[in-house]
Parts: sequence; C-alpha cells; structure tokens
Amino acid sequence: MKRRVLPGLPLSLGITLVYAAIIIVLPLIALVFKAASLGPADYWRIISSDRAVASYVVTISCAFVATVFNLVFGLALAWVLVRYRFPGRRIIDALVDLPFALPTAVAGISLTTLFAVNGWFGGPLSALGIKVAYTPLGIMIAMAFTSLPFVVRTVQPVLEELDPTLEEAAQTLGGSDLSIFARVVLPLLTPALLAGVSLSFARSLGEFGAIIFIAGNQPFETEITALLAFIRLEEYDYPASAAIASVMLIAAFVMLAVTNLLQARALRYTVRN
Amino acid sequence: MAKHLSGRRPPRIGDAPNFRRALIGIVLFFVAVVVIAPLAVIASHAFSKGLPYFAAAIAEPDTRHAIMLTVMTALIAVPINTAFGIAAAWAITKHDFPGRRLLLIVIEIPFSISPIVAGVSYLFVYGLQGLFGPVLEAAELKIMFALPGIVLASMFVTAPFVARELIPLMQAQGRDLEEAATSLGASGWRTFFTVTLPNIKWALLYGVVLCNSRVMGEFGAVSVVSGNIRGQTNTLPLHIELLYHDYDAVGAFAAASILATLAVITLVVKVALERQGAGRRSRPASLAGNDSLSEVKP
Repeated sequence: MKRRVLPGLPLSLGITLVYAAIIIVLPLIALVFKAASLGPADYWRIISSDRAVASYVVTISCAFVATVFNLVFGLALAWVLVRYRFPGRRIIDALVDLPFALPTAVAGISLTTLFAVNGWFGGPLSALGIKVAYTPLGIMIAMAFTSLPFVVRTVQPVLEELDPTLEEAAQTLGGSDLSIFARVVLPLLTPALLAGVSLSFARSLGEFGAIIFIAGNQPFETEITALLAFIRLEEYDYPASAAIASVMLIAAFVMLAVTNLLQARALRYTVRN
Repeated sequence: MAKHLSGRRPPRIGDAPNFRRALIGIVLFFVAVVVIAPLAVIASHAFSKGLPYFAAAIAEPDTRHAIMLTVMTALIAVPINTAFGIAAAWAITKHDFPGRRLLLIVIEIPFSISPIVAGVSYLFVYGLQGLFGPVLEAAELKIMFALPGIVLASMFVTAPFVARELIPLMQAQGRDLEEAATSLGASGWRTFFTVTLPNIKWALLYGVVLCNSRVMGEFGAVSVVSGNIRGQTNTLPLHIELLYHDYDAVGAFAAASILATLAVITLVVKVALERQGAGRRSRPASLAGNDSLSEVKP
C-alpha cells in the first residue's frame, strides 16, 4: 500500500535547505575559497611554518592528555553514577553537564583564578613545585573541563542497560571482579567509550574560550592553533588566518568521520547484543 | 539500576564496600575540584568587596549594554534556529526524499567545528576581504563588527540544537498520527499544531533552552566577528574578557556570575525537562548518548 504523503514538504525542506546553505555551508566554502586562493606553495609555507607546527603539537598533545584523563575519570564517574546509590548522586549527575552549560569565557577566568599561583589550588600546587596556569598543564585542565561530559554521557546509558546476568555468569565461573571488569564489562563498554573519546578529543582540538585565559599564550610553548588563527586575523594577515583555520577545518572533518564511524560501529554492536 | 542492587541478588562486581567508598570518594573529589570549585570561585570573587560593589559592577553602563546586546542576540537567533529546527525535523522525519542522510550530516557540522573557524569563515563571507565584502560596502551595509555579524555567528554555532532534539524523537514517533489527522481532513498546519506539537513540546523546549544557553555564552565565534567595541559590540562573554584583562576582577566575576546563574538555571530546567521525557538520555531505546543524528535510518 502506498503511504499517504504528509503535507508541508516543499515549505519545510525549502526552509531547511536555504538556511543550511546560507548559515552552515556558505561560510565554510568561503573559508576554503580564501585558503585555496593562496596557491599551494604559499599555503604550505604558512601551515608548515615553525610556529604553526608548534601550535599543532601543543594542541594535539594537550588534547590527548585531557582526553585520556576524561576517559578514565569519565568512566569512573559514569560507573559511580550508575552502580552506586549515595546522597547527592542526582545533583552530581546534573552537574556533569555544567561544562556544556557554563560559557567558556566564564570557565576560563574561573579556572585561571583557581590555578593561578595565588589561587585556591594554584597556591598549594606551586608550593609543591607544580605550576599550572600559563603552562601546558593549564591548557590540559581547560580542555579536560570543557569536554568532561562526553565520555560520561556516552558510557552512562550503556552501563545502565548492561545485562547483570553476564556478570553473574562470570562470577559463577569464579572470575575475580577485576578480571570480570576487564574481560566482560569493558569490552561491552568499549564502543561507547571510543565514541565518547573521539567527541572529547575533537572538542579539545577546537576549544578556544576556556583555554586562552589560562594558557599564557606564548608562541611555541602555550599557543594553541585556534589562537594562532585568531592572532593572524588581528594582524590583518587574512590569508594566513584562512590557511590555519582550514587546517582546523580539515581536522574537524576527519574527527567527524572517525566519530561517525565509531558510532555506527557502536550502534551495530548494541543492536547485535 | 536500583532494582538490581536489592539485597536478594549477589553483589555485582565493584560492590565491595571499601572499593565502593574509595571510588565514590575519588570521583567526588574530582567533581568538587573540576565542577564545584569554578562556581564557588565566581561567587567568591563577585562578592569579594560586598554586595553594593557587586551591584555597582553590574549597573556599570558598558556591562549593562553588554547584557542588553546578549539578550537581543538571543531574542533574534534562538527563534530563528527554533523555526529551522522544526522545519528540518518535519522535512526529515515526516517525508522521504533522497539525500536525507547528507542533510543530517550538514546540520550536524557546526558541532564539530571550532568556534574560531566559524568566526573566521563568516569574516570571509561578509567582511571587507570576504565574498560579499565589496558589494556590502558599496551598499553601506555593515554586517561584520556589528549586531548582524554577532547574530549570524551565533546562529551558525547553535544551528543543530533544536533539530538534534526533535529528529530522533519524531523519527521514533513515526507518521501514523499525522497521517490519520490529514486523512480526516486536517490541514498541514492544523496537524502540526494539534497532533505533532503536543507530542514534541518538551523536547522542543529542551532544545530551545540549550540553544539559548549556548547563544548567550558563545565566545570564540562572536569574538572574531564582533570587533570588541566597548559599549557597542561587546556581548557579555566578550565584556567579561575585557574586564578581566583590565584587572577589574570584581567586574569580570560579577558579569560572569550572571552567566553562571544562567548556566545553573539551564541545568535545573534541563533536569526538569528530562523528567518529562525530553532529552536523549531518557530514551533508553536509542543508542547511548549518541551525539550524532546519524542514528536516524534513511
């Protein structure tokens, strides 16, 4: 039987396509166009300059550390929220989303104030010889903060749905908690963990607001790629800014592809189980 | 979940009391450091010189102007993105057409892109060096470094917010009710307002609240296109940066406390709406926290 066709397709699809074209696609094409107008030699010179490469290294290495932290802490947080009952659990559950709700500039000045040498945490840490604000460690903390919810929110529902009989079966076979976790639970969580990790890493690569306050922004040491693109703009070096931004755009699309691939795999995995 | 933890069942892994206490302790410690301390430090600094000083900082003309500009931006950008989200969800979930998957990916793009890249991209459309720069200059239309640019950049950043809440929900709800309504003679609009809207209202509100929160807090994209003119094109987040770099800590944190309060209100409303069934997490059938729209089958 042929389905009845609902009305409103021309209007709704028309609005959607026009809006997506003007608001989302056009600016990105303009950026690619501007970067492409440089010519291959100039483009390569700009994106492979020492300062640009140093900014990639700072951004990627800090994002890596922040993501590893979020992998471990996010899993622990999801585990505690799903498996244990304790006073304040619901409040903690709601607060996990604070990094998404709190504007990045607000997060930036708060974290900087907390971790500056005279701050609540920075003071005791500097007494131990650890400097956080205006070092790569500060960048890592800002990145970890802004991408904290991803792993928690991807793992939490899978953990809630986990079939207890799988653990029970492993327990009756005499497995220790650690080996059951490593060999039964963790493999079931892996697709969700990977999806969360890729979202978290992608967000860290692009983060700007929270980082620039705490980073110190010294070229070659604590300058992230997003800031370099911004600085080139302020210097009216528009082609260089376009080139660097285009590198970030490519990285974003690679991460988008990776994330979609991982999520498609995770979906297949959950459906099969 | 709770029912599995009742005494009759054998303890599950990780339920040993000492391990449990230690893990909860560690997690609470990190939550306190990472999430609660930033909120506390905002309040502590905003009120460090007392309430009158705080009130004076908020009432300062440039801060007031920044608040107005931020509210105005949200009043324009949020309704437009809401209409877009509803239109996109209606087209994608209530109809079949080729390229739906591609459209889903395009709508999702802003989530993956750095706000700085978004801002720079807009500059190359509407700025003097941009595609339309010469035309706009000839027509004496100022988009960059003015309100339209701020609104456009905010709309880019938050374009997916409403659509991503509506699409999975409307996909799951199917088309039967709408088909019944139109077969009984209801018009498209009437079907939407009396049949579809009541079923999606909480998810819609959820998307609107999150969209508003992001518009009001957006920093990176807006900072590229605003020009940072004090008292003219400074939104509240940009004004916070300016005050902070002026070493006006009380002013910066007083302004920040407004946005932090907004964030806390957003979280409270979010939890309330999740109890009504909005938000992905309350739909266990869908894949866990799938941040992607691609779970929708074409």
